[in-house]
Amino acid sequence: MADKILKKLNIKVWRQKNAADKGRFETYTIENISTGSSFLEMLDILNDKLIIDGQDPIAFDHDCREGICGTCSLYINGRPHGPDTEVTTCQLHMRKFNDGETITIEPWRAKAFPVIKDLVVDRTAFEKILRAGGFISVNTGGVPDANAIPVPYEDAEESMDAAACIGCGACVAACKNSSAMLFVSAKVSHLAKLPQGKVEAKKRARRMVAKMDELGFGGCTNTGACEVECPKSISITNIARLNREYLLARFSE
Amino acid sequence: MSKFLTASIGRKFIMGVSGLFLVVFIAVHLTVNILLIFDDSGELFNQAAHFMGTNPVVKIMEPLLGIGFLVHILWSFFLEYQNWKARPVKYDRKSSGVSSTWTSRNMLVLGALVLVFLIVHVLQFFWVIKFNPESMNSVIIGGEEMEDTYSLVAGLFRSSVAYDLFYIVGGILLGFHLSHGFWSGFQTLGLSNKHWISRLQVLGKIFSVIVAIGFSIIPLYFLIKF
Repeated sequence: MADKILKKLNIKVWRQKNAADKGRFETYTIENISTGSSFLEMLDILNDKLIIDGQDPIAFDHDCREGICGTCSLYINGRPHGPDTEVTTCQLHMRKFNDGETITIEPWRAKAFPVIKDLVVDRTAFEKILRAGGFISVNTGGVPDANAIPVPYEDAEESMDAAACIGCGACVAACKNSSAMLFVSAKVSHLAKLPQGKVEAKKRARRMVAKMDELGFGGCTNTGACEVECPKSISITNIARLNREYLLARFSE
Repeated sequence: MSKFLTASIGRKFIMGVSGLFLVVFIAVHLTVNILLIFDDSGELFNQAAHFMGTNPVVKIMEPLLGIGFLVHILWSFFLEYQNWKARPVKYDRKSSGVSSTWTSRNMLVLGALVLVFLIVHVLQFFWVIKFNPESMNSVIIGGEEMEDTYSLVAGLFRSSVAYDLFYIVGGILLGFHLSHGFWSGFQTLGLSNKHWISRLQVLGKIFSVIVAIGFSIIPLYFLIKF
């Protein structure tokens, strides 16, 4: 069966020339979009049209287009990665929209994620947090025998669940406080649950939280919006773990 | 300590600890107050109020409670301002209801409304009992003379429907505040994991329903009965 065609869509999109520009919304009309096309394909079609018309195409981040790289963003109709669950924008399809609808597209909004151009934001802040402690610096030696370091099944699972974070920043975009707690807690948790990561767990929590605060992210008020909007469904129980790790690190000083 | 108070998690710790401390107070407060509807002669409540007013443990806790309230209230405005600064450009269109509850996003609004209630409440009862006891009648129960706190409370609830409604709304608002605040406090202190998160959320819901019904049933009782 052929996919349904959306005859007309109004695309209200944020246009901003550069970081210094004030920016504004522009509304474009686009016709005959297949519901089978992805959201980014729709934007590609719109951009083709803008180029043919001699206008500047809309800048947006994208890379793998299969939901694993964390490059695409977009705050669509009031939700990070749009009106679907457990997907990134590149996996969002036009079947989630209705004919004649006005679709609002905004960049991630956070002090720590400044807009570079149009819908592209600078997410270097996440890299800075990782560089502050999201690694293991102890020498783990050669490849150990499989049974030499026992890892409980539950711990391995929880670690892997946290490691699923692709660092897209939807948690920050979804949070009313622009808090990066879900991201930081995932990065702290996936290492803290494993033997090699435990060694520096306290130091890691302290350093990453300090960097997160320094970069201007807000605090967590436990609304849980991040978990719902996260394309990888990272659990907010990681945030409880980060709080615990951090407080223990502080109190043991 | 200064490092602790400039860190986001340290700051939230203050909110969590003070909040859970107030939760304990509310549990005690409701336990004593609910006696109002179990004895229309007022003897039971008067004895409980007298015990609370003279008990050395309560005397020690009283200033601590005052500090707890002040810290929780003032700190919340400061933290909300910090969080507000983290998003200088706001979204044009939001669908926040999909991913979080209204209560969880508006704890400051609920808290501020509870604060308005609290100020009136303190002036009507605590202030009178503490600083103007001469204005109250006294009763003798079991050979001991004590203030007739029951008459003060019952008198107010019987005097006007407006007061009854005000106290009913106050109780309900507090319930909503706690429906998020209870489990959120534990989460902030790191006292939660994949097993306990849902247990704490359910406990919080039960506690907030008990608080909302418990506190509003008292004026409702006087409204219907008298």
